[in-house]
Amino acid sequence: MTLVTESDPRLLFTGADWNFDTIRRVYDACEEIALKELKLDVYRNQIEVITAEQMLDAYSSGGMPLFYKHWSFGKHFARDEAMYRKGYTGLAYEIVINSDPCVVYIMEENTITMQTLVIAHAGFGHNHFFKNNYVFKQWTDASGIIDYLDFAKTFVAQCEDRYGIASVERVLDAAHALQSHGIHRFPRKRMPDLRTEQKRAEERRAHGEAIFNDLWRTVPTKKGKSKDTADQDARRALLGLPEENILYFLEKTAPRLAPWQREILRIVRHIAQYFYPQRQTKMMNEGCATWVHHRIMTRLHEQGRISDGSFLEFLHSHTGVVFQPHFDDRRYSGINPYALGYAMMSDIERICLNPTEEDRVWMPDIAGQKDPYAVLRDVWANYRDESFVSQYLSPALIRSFGLFNVHDDEDEVDLNVNHIHNERGYREIRRALSRHYDVARRDPDIQIADVDLAGDRRLILHHRVVDGIVLDDEDTDRVLQHLADLWGYDVSLREIDDESGDMKNEFTARPRASFG
Amino acid sequence: MTIIDRRLNPGGKSLANRQRFIRRAKAQVKRAVREASAGRSIKDIDRGGEVTIPSDGVREPTLRRSSEGGVRDYVLPGNKEYVEGDSIQRPPRGGGAGSEGAEDGGGEDEFRFALSDEEFLDLFLEDLELPDLAKRQLKGVGVPQWRRAGYSSSGSPSNISLTRTMRNSLSRRVALRRPKPEELEALRVQIAAIEAGEKSGDIAALREQLSLLEKRSKRIPFIDPIDVRYRRLESTPKPVAQAVMFCLMDVSGSMTEHMKDLAKRFYALLYLFLKRRYKHVEVVFIRHTHEAEEVDEQTFFYSRETGGTVVSTALEEMAHIVEERFKPSEWNIYGAQASDGDNAPSDNAKTAALLQNVVLPMCQYYAYLEVGADDDTPPGGERPTTLWRTYAVVNGPDSPIAMRKVRHRRDIFPVFRELFQKKADQLAEA
Repeated sequence: MTLVTESDPRLLFTGADWNFDTIRRVYDACEEIALKELKLDVYRNQIEVITAEQMLDAYSSGGMPLFYKHWSFGKHFARDEAMYRKGYTGLAYEIVINSDPCVVYIMEENTITMQTLVIAHAGFGHNHFFKNNYVFKQWTDASGIIDYLDFAKTFVAQCEDRYGIASVERVLDAAHALQSHGIHRFPRKRMPDLRTEQKRAEERRAHGEAIFNDLWRTVPTKKGKSKDTADQDARRALLGLPEENILYFLEKTAPRLAPWQREILRIVRHIAQYFYPQRQTKMMNEGCATWVHHRIMTRLHEQGRISDGSFLEFLHSHTGVVFQPHFDDRRYSGINPYALGYAMMSDIERICLNPTEEDRVWMPDIAGQKDPYAVLRDVWANYRDESFVSQYLSPALIRSFGLFNVHDDEDEVDLNVNHIHNERGYREIRRALSRHYDVARRDPDIQIADVDLAGDRRLILHHRVVDGIVLDDEDTDRVLQHLADLWGYDVSLREIDDESGDMKNEFTARPRASFG
Repeated sequence: MTIIDRRLNPGGKSLANRQRFIRRAKAQVKRAVREASAGRSIKDIDRGGEVTIPSDGVREPTLRRSSEGGVRDYVLPGNKEYVEGDSIQRPPRGGGAGSEGAEDGGGEDEFRFALSDEEFLDLFLEDLELPDLAKRQLKGVGVPQWRRAGYSSSGSPSNISLTRTMRNSLSRRVALRRPKPEELEALRVQIAAIEAGEKSGDIAALREQLSLLEKRSKRIPFIDPIDVRYRRLESTPKPVAQAVMFCLMDVSGSMTEHMKDLAKRFYALLYLFLKRRYKHVEVVFIRHTHEAEEVDEQTFFYSRETGGTVVSTALEEMAHIVEERFKPSEWNIYGAQASDGDNAPSDNAKTAALLQNVVLPMCQYYAYLEVGADDDTPPGGERPTTLWRTYAVVNGPDSPIAMRKVRHRRDIFPVFRELFQKKADQLAEA
């Protein structure tokens, strides 16, 4: 390693201060490495310099530059501010928004080294991930989000003018309570157009003719469904039940909502949907950005464009970010997505370049494959946390993290360590960790099962209880109250055990004053 | 890539959300503010600060799985000693083997945040429902101050308003159809072209038109004296921005802690009230037994004295301090006296005279608060105390004195309100 002195002409900057020229220079240098060496594919970047105060503002509305108004954002702001002022938490160095152009907020307090790190991290790492990962491609519209938020903000403000802040707040409260269940988890089936429909009907007929055998007529059939169940099925099909997207269902079918209330539900639902990919790819996204910033900074240092001093400053901050406390550490609060993500990305690089025998057995596809960047780009494009872990968590990494699995069965006195980082445990630990990252598994599986149309219009929901974990009593009561308010009639939620089919619990709520 | 400097954008984007949050949690925040203010000194009462409210009212519920029960698997990092099949004792609270255990600091049931000075005071005063009317009625001595008051057609050249002047000039020129320079120029060009033989036309008519327009443009000036406007300034009386508040209290043995607490609350309110009205408020604490002395706040409220009760000494001391440090012509003087109503019988006449002739004339307002024990009215009705009877003599419709009795904390706010409302009514009648 060559020693880079402060007077080297290749240096992008010296000292800690920055101005817009240095930022531009740094950006160009990062861009060169990101596009030419790593071959990243990014949205155009828009770098916005903000103050700490503005950073706090941005925090409270999920980092978005504009948002409709609601007290809950004020609550988050108040808490963040108190924490920040007392020095319990620092502020993030940056916020990045999945939009086109990609908006990167950087704070004025950062030193130029930190700004370089932030530009590499957010402007290239996150940006590439947003643009290329399939979950984001499938579910978010980067070019439209800012316009949509603008529309949402204006629409909510207009509703407040027209119907009063309090009544809009009621709808928003209710919608927010349900927003975790206002998401389409799967791309919905599109209604086939008439031409396809016709073609399929012909194919079906042709197939039927081809396999016709008169003998089938003589085979005794099972007794047909009773008329009752048939009716019930027809009714449920008509309502599109079962439906897991509660907000969607309410928006389309709740009998007593005014059009503006439906639109608000729609807005909340759309925004929740926009954030859904971020929840599914948190670890990968951070891993990608951290790996990219580490690579870019290292390359800049190798090229002699940043000094040893600032490289050490970067390393100090980098190691802080990817620090993983052990489970028995006071600082432990779950697996650090930065740490695991970065470790997995680096591990893939290692497996590509210097695989061990073990790696060749576990990951024959990529072991010894000489182009780690191409492999990583493929990974970033085609996986989410859950599938990424189940595919790429290597035994070497399990060992170095010392991962072990603790089994907690409420019927037993003690917790049981059932798998550790050894030959027998690798697969199990990988599977368990992958499940941990499965968002669809973490959120309770609640579906709208039926509506008693002939009777009191009661809305019936089912919670499929997995592993005997029921819903949180207090919160569920409150959410159900909101749901009943929106639906306008009684609502009941039944918790049905997945294995036995028994009903474990039932919550009910009746609507308070009507929304009208 | 574009770089945008957003630092100059207006901050406080979250202000509206914050206000909504405070409004939402109003009841709890108000209670928290009241509790927080009880423990503060008089001068700090309007400082913002951290308050803690129960998170119940501002909870955001979601459909989530319970954190206890069922069958769970946790993948944890940092194994040191465990091998397969080991058992770990269940941690005492919850099943979360550390991964979902309680964090340090406030849990789910409390929500902690900071209020700004302004927010704190608003909530504190809202509790009081301090009438705006009363505030206006409190008179301040006027000192003239210059203020913008529209425009006038005369004034000093330094006050000339260019925009107004030019606007008038423009409208006058448009109304009188003063030819524009371009029009004149166009005519001249046309004439020159005809003269040079490039074009044909009625040159005489054009020349006549040109001279007519030139004459008109000379007759109608670009700026006429009648266009000129000056910024007008008006002198308005501004209240003297300083006030002094005298806190007088009987500290003889008969005053209990409860009584002192009542008095303190009252002083705090008065201080706040004055603070909102005046830029600069001084507080003077005078305590008395059979003799009076000026002390600091700590001593005033928390030290005990023994001795008889001679109220006139405190009034004398107050008059003395006013004479020495606070000229009535420059200071708004407010007096607030708290006592359990005892006075030496021989002193009553002197006290009344002092109050009537010396203290009240120099005061903006004088409030007498008689604090009582926290029990109910004694059987057989309440006998007016010595001091009450003495002051009742002085208390006429025109004198700036008000007297109230307070027994409970809950009476403080209403009594305070009443004191200022009464004054408003009086002035309304006058």
